[in-house]
Amino acid sequence: MNIINIEHIAKVYEVGLEKVHALRDVSLKIDKNEYVAIMGPSGSGKSTLMNMLGCLDTPTSGVYDFKGESVSTMTDNDLAKIRNKEIGFVFQTFNLLPRSDALHNVELPLVYAGMSYSDRREKAKQALIDVGLGDRMHHKPNELSGGQRQRVAVARALVTQPSIILADEPTGNLDSKTGEEIMGLFQELHEKGNTIILVTHEEYIAEHAARIIRLRDGLIEKDERVESRKVLNTNSASE
Amino acid sequence: MRNILFELKEGLLIALRAIRANKIRSALTMLGIFIGITVVVLMSTAIKGIDNSFQKGISALGTDVLYIDKWAWFTNQEWWKLRNRRNIDMEDYEKFKELAKLPLAVAPVTSSRQTIKYKDRRIDDVVLNGSNSDYVKTTNFTFDQGRFYSEIESNASRQVAVLGSDVAKNLFPRGDALDKTIKIGGANYKVVGVLDEQGSSILGSYNPDNQAFIPIGTIFKNFISHRRNSITINVRAQNPAMIEETKAEAIGVMRKIRGLKYDEEDDFTVNQQEALMEQYNSVVGVIKIAGLFITGLSLFVGAIGIMNIMFVSVRERTREIGIRKAIGAKKRTILAQFLLESSTICLVGGAVGLLAAVLLSMVVDQFIPTSVQIDAVVIAFVVALLTGVLSGFAPAYMAAKLDPVESLRYE
Ligand SMILES: Nc1ncnc2c1ncn2[C@@H]1O[C@H](COP(=O)(O)OP(=O)(O)OP(=O)(O)O)[C@@H](O)[C@H]1O
Ligand SMILES: [Mg+2]
Repeated sequence: MNIINIEHIAKVYEVGLEKVHALRDVSLKIDKNEYVAIMGPSGSGKSTLMNMLGCLDTPTSGVYDFKGESVSTMTDNDLAKIRNKEIGFVFQTFNLLPRSDALHNVELPLVYAGMSYSDRREKAKQALIDVGLGDRMHHKPNELSGGQRQRVAVARALVTQPSIILADEPTGNLDSKTGEEIMGLFQELHEKGNTIILVTHEEYIAEHAARIIRLRDGLIEKDERVESRKVLNTNSASE
Repeated sequence: MRNILFELKEGLLIALRAIRANKIRSALTMLGIFIGITVVVLMSTAIKGIDNSFQKGISALGTDVLYIDKWAWFTNQEWWKLRNRRNIDMEDYEKFKELAKLPLAVAPVTSSRQTIKYKDRRIDDVVLNGSNSDYVKTTNFTFDQGRFYSEIESNASRQVAVLGSDVAKNLFPRGDALDKTIKIGGANYKVVGVLDEQGSSILGSYNPDNQAFIPIGTIFKNFISHRRNSITINVRAQNPAMIEETKAEAIGVMRKIRGLKYDEEDDFTVNQQEALMEQYNSVVGVIKIAGLFITGLSLFVGAIGIMNIMFVSVRERTREIGIRKAIGAKKRTILAQFLLESSTICLVGGAVGLLAAVLLSMVVDQFIPTSVQIDAVVIAFVVALLTGVLSGFAPAYMAAKLDPVESLRYE
């Protein structure tokens, strides 16, 4: 079954009198347990598309069905619920709450989901252990390295067991070695049955995915299967 | 319902985190509310204190007592008209006492300000009243020591005195006034009684504890010419409900005594404390409102401070709001978070302000009898909470409706 089905999506920003067509006409289906990389030059609309898929933003026109339900007709509250339960977001700039420790950052989605204190603590701890940060739970973001911050963000994204994980240039702010480590995490999650969509500029990062979608000027230029997927030895992260 | 409680609790925890994370800023904001609440509570308490002491002072005059006097307490007549009235003298009093049937008690009173001495102690400006033994029946006096002077002492114009509690305290700090000999204007008087405290009034001239009483014959003999001075006739009704009837009778009797024709105006006035009350309310009411308004302004300034800080806080935390929304916070969750933050700041500021007001009112109490009452406490908290919610609403609403994508992009 398709988790994501978008048809003829367009997003137009109006800046003064000018219209910026961030997305012109994009149609796309993504199945359960797919691993998709979105590539394209700067300004081609990758982030715009991700925000749309993540229900952070709504399209100017077009149809978006998430798990068979029409997103365009949803209220703000419904969208917030979907973001909370169905989607895990990982950002290039981590976007952690700077004054809260790792554990609180990870448990926050569960707070908004209405989970009781002891349950959510349990889950947040497990998620941090899963990303290899069992010994950094009470560190604040500024007491963690870039790679560790991104791990916290990944833990936060997966703690609600979402249907899909969206990552917008998750390795963009990391050196290549740390980037590889994060990619290892994604690969593990994919192997466990998660659906992953990530945006990247780097071919070698995209090669971890099974499918690459190339955008240009708000249009899909190419949508291809990856022939020789790069598979990492993931023992380093946890296990 | 459980959901709402859950959200409230979590929102409160988040608000507390934010307050703790910005200690100095939160403290400065609280200061605004703190000052506002302190001043408002103190002001309303002081007003209440003034009111109470006035009520006490005025009820010492008696709600059921009429004062027949040459002078009117409040009037729209020209003063010279009143001055030209005939004096009320002891003869008028004797006749009045005989003719008036309704009063419970009738007493003649005249007074003068005198200095009272005992050994090397002295007290100036005491209201020295001259009356007869019936005077005590026109009052609710109770005695700390001794008694009022008797009919015999009064009729014989003996050198005896009854002291108000302030007078006694000043002259006899050890409380042993009874049977001592004091000096008023050169002559000796024996203290036969000391009154209980009646509650000091801030209205200086009405302080019922700063008085002394001697027989009316004695006061005429030593201090006041009974030819040139008009006396007051104090008339006590049987109960407060009978006051109007008693007043009507008093006017009739007085007109008869003074031989007034039907078309002649009264040449006396029957005063009662109600008029004093009305006058007081109309003057002090304005002062009260002005006082509360001015102190209310300081609270208002505090509220604007909160609103300002909350706006800054929302702007500063735009990215945080974006993050929260991205991971599933609803509009109302964000709204609640910021409202709770401002309300908590206000409540804490209010509580500290209240504490300060209680402490300060103990200082003020030295000058005006005041104490912070439970209703002031409740009002302070309600006002603080309202301030928090009202001043926090606009910023919180702004935060709630921020666009998630834009706030995540905010630098
Ligand atoms: N809020 C906005 N207002 C106006 N124009 C916008 C806005 N957001 C994006 N755009 C425009 O839409 C286009 C697509 O932007 P988008 O952020 O999706 O690009 P991108 O592919 O993610 O680029 P990059 O690789 O640099 O992150 C750009 O031309 C951008 O200027
Ligand atoms: Mg981008």
